[in-house]
Amino acid sequence: MRELMQWFEERTPGLGAVYRKHMTEYYAPKNFNVMYYFGSFALLVLVNQIVTGIFLTMFYTPTAAGAFDSVQYIMRDVHWGWLVRYMHETGASMFFIVVYLHMFRGLMYGSFKKPRELVWLLGMFIFLALMAEAFMGYVLPWGNMSFWGAKVIITLFSAVPVIGEQLVTWIMGSFVPSDPTLNRFFALHVVALPLVLLLLVVLHLGALHEVGSNNPDGVEIKKHKDPKGIPLDGIAFHPYYTLKDLAGVGVFLIICAIIIFFEPTVGGFFLEHDNSIPANDLVTPATIKPVWYFSPFYAILRMIPSKGWGVVFLALSIIVLFLVPWLDRGKVKSIRYRGVGYKVALTIFAIVFILLAAIGADLTPGWIVSIFGPNADITTIENLFGRILVVLYFGFFVFLWAYTFFGWEKTKPVPERVTTHA
Amino acid sequence: MHKSIQRTAARTLTALLLALVVAFAASPSAFAEEGGGYPEANINVHDQASLQRGARLFMNYCVGCHSLKYVRYSQMAEGLGLTEQQVMDNLDFTGAKFGEPIVSAMPEADAEKWFGKVPPDLSLEVSAKGADWVSAYLKSFYLDPATNSGWNNTVFPNVAMPFPLWQLQGEQVAVMNPAEGGNPATVKELKLAHPGSMTPAQYDQAVRDLTAFLAWVSTPDEAVRSHIGAWVVLYLVLFTLFALVLKKEYWKDVH
Amino acid sequence: MADESINKGRRRFLTASTAVIGGAGLIITAIPFVETWLPSARAESAGAPVTVAIGKIEPGQMVRYGWRSQPVFVVNRTPEQLQWLPKQDTRLRDPDSKESDQPKYCQNATRSIKPEWMVLIGICTHLGCVPDYKGEVRPEPFDPNWKGGFYCPCHHSRYDLAARVYQGVPAPLNMVVPPYHFVDDTHIQIGVDPKGAA
Repeated sequence: MRELMQWFEERTPGLGAVYRKHMTEYYAPKNFNVMYYFGSFALLVLVNQIVTGIFLTMFYTPTAAGAFDSVQYIMRDVHWGWLVRYMHETGASMFFIVVYLHMFRGLMYGSFKKPRELVWLLGMFIFLALMAEAFMGYVLPWGNMSFWGAKVIITLFSAVPVIGEQLVTWIMGSFVPSDPTLNRFFALHVVALPLVLLLLVVLHLGALHEVGSNNPDGVEIKKHKDPKGIPLDGIAFHPYYTLKDLAGVGVFLIICAIIIFFEPTVGGFFLEHDNSIPANDLVTPATIKPVWYFSPFYAILRMIPSKGWGVVFLALSIIVLFLVPWLDRGKVKSIRYRGVGYKVALTIFAIVFILLAAIGADLTPGWIVSIFGPNADITTIENLFGRILVVLYFGFFVFLWAYTFFGWEKTKPVPERVTTHA
Repeated sequence: MHKSIQRTAARTLTALLLALVVAFAASPSAFAEEGGGYPEANINVHDQASLQRGARLFMNYCVGCHSLKYVRYSQMAEGLGLTEQQVMDNLDFTGAKFGEPIVSAMPEADAEKWFGKVPPDLSLEVSAKGADWVSAYLKSFYLDPATNSGWNNTVFPNVAMPFPLWQLQGEQVAVMNPAEGGNPATVKELKLAHPGSMTPAQYDQAVRDLTAFLAWVSTPDEAVRSHIGAWVVLYLVLFTLFALVLKKEYWKDVH
Repeated sequence: MADESINKGRRRFLTASTAVIGGAGLIITAIPFVETWLPSARAESAGAPVTVAIGKIEPGQMVRYGWRSQPVFVVNRTPEQLQWLPKQDTRLRDPDSKESDQPKYCQNATRSIKPEWMVLIGICTHLGCVPDYKGEVRPEPFDPNWKGGFYCPCHHSRYDLAARVYQGVPAPLNMVVPPYHFVDDTHIQIGVDPKGAA
């Protein structure tokens, strides 16, 4: 092994330096907790999506006439096709679970603050690309929910002033989602967006390694270095975090395996029942809703009574996340040392996000009936509840800005060195 | 003091999140047919004898109109534990070869003419509507002189399908609620007017078998999947244990 | 600094065992992906054995069938055609079919189960054209001494009525004989060996 590395070193000297810079001599804070696994998990899921995606492409037919049948061909006729498909479909949902937790970690520990604003921005662009990738991927099986979900979401673009209608037709390549739409979504989903995602991930990690990782205490470990220039609270990423992540990956894979092998549709949340029906432009599903990971944003769209403003608020609900490094004027990074107001606000935000997801996923009618009885006016109650949640969602960002801008936040003293226990 | 509050807050949040997850899981699954709440189908897709009986019922009463175009006779043999000979002798009424898909012999144009609708392919019916719906549907046909076919169904009102299993279940009639205001009378309950060759208990079993077969048809991978899954999880547990011990060993360096 | 010495042996053991377990897992995970490339149930069905009726084939006549997207020739050889077969041996490249591809039960003088019925894959072993059937025993422009057989128009390869290749032509091997057996006297199933055959 050593001779092999020597051979490469003599011919491309950069490789060894890259390995040292990013692995064996990248010093990460030693106090990473469970919230710090999700970045590695996201990378693992990305690899899974690419590998299983390539294999699916070998058997999938990207035409409106053949797509649905080809998915059944994969599930039934291709040896182990069902496994490849379930790994891909479960991976898509796990990607969002992991990414949402990863983003929440950022909010908890102030990982978006200076000097890591670019890491956060690149991450937000990854999130956007991921949403586009997942949306287009869901259209490809050409089930009834694929078709109607595509129709509803693409039609949102008609809200754009002046060019809205033409924009929708341009996106679809037709007057209704059909063959041209499917063909181009296939090209984007299989080739274009994966390349974009890979590039963004490389930049995201590059930007991170440039400034170094944050940690649960929000302490800058580069402030205290030993005589060799190594941060006192830093440990080499390899072998310490490669091994820790390996164990974490083991647990993560156990969860994924349980889903894939025992309950791949997760009761219709990961793989919707309506998609077992071929696309039919004459028969609308009883409820058109996107896959669960878009639910919170879909709920925000639905709760705004006007279509145009609904689209605006939908866009804003994502744009506002880009602005977090500049909305939050606080100097203290980690929730551990921030004011009580922030802790309460972030907790409420998390709960609001989940409850909005419940609305978007159409779970609330059942809950409302069980709480208020069968004669409850579901629409009114849901709208009331939902609109309060929308206010609270945006309220978090407004609060964050006001709380820190006006100096209402009372922070605790931040330690100089990391603490290894919560 | 602060640390314990922090810990309590973290634990409360985790508990809340878990509760929400459970609430999600406990909610009725979003099946294609809304307004769920059908009685449980109570099927066992791992019972090959049940699947075989269901297959026989399907071939005798259903395949005349309904295809299972995504399933091959050979795959049915493998999944139900039957030999090629058994399948070709007892289950192939369409003249198809062993490796070919199960396609109904009824021409679509004729079906449309006779029933007003092409009988849908049932390969994914249980995936789309749920086993409970299918099972309820098969038990809810009743005589209705007002329809084309003379049959109606409380689970799928005004369905174009006539009832092929009436000789087994017998014939049900609807007991109507009194009509209120200008609204048409609604069905209160179904009553067995003329018994069939099966007792209600036997017909229940037949429906369970047929539904189990259709559930297998929707996801034939399920049996293999859960069997392999147990081994995969066991392996991953073993791997994780080793990875954990390895990690702890190296982390002895970290203070 | 730490006082405990690093137990290198333990670290090596743990690293190696974890690597072996993980590696085994990766290999086992790769197997289903590799197996997706095996013929699917659809391909197997398309490549399934084909049963053909041969009752109406006249002596001296060749009929072409399809199996696995390949042409299969079935020839009803006359006694006259059969008597010339052993006499071709010295003109052939591989008269005993040692190099060519045929089932064990067809590695005989007539390369068939029953002498009069010749079954072969009608693809020239040179570059893959489909040869013409020239069954009549009479002089041909390409061979004044023609005793019946197959003639490939693309590069002029010649085969006898047991599909054995002549010397001096581009084709290297006798044409392939597929597995087949007699379902009854008037039906052959192509693609399956006779029961009990090797």
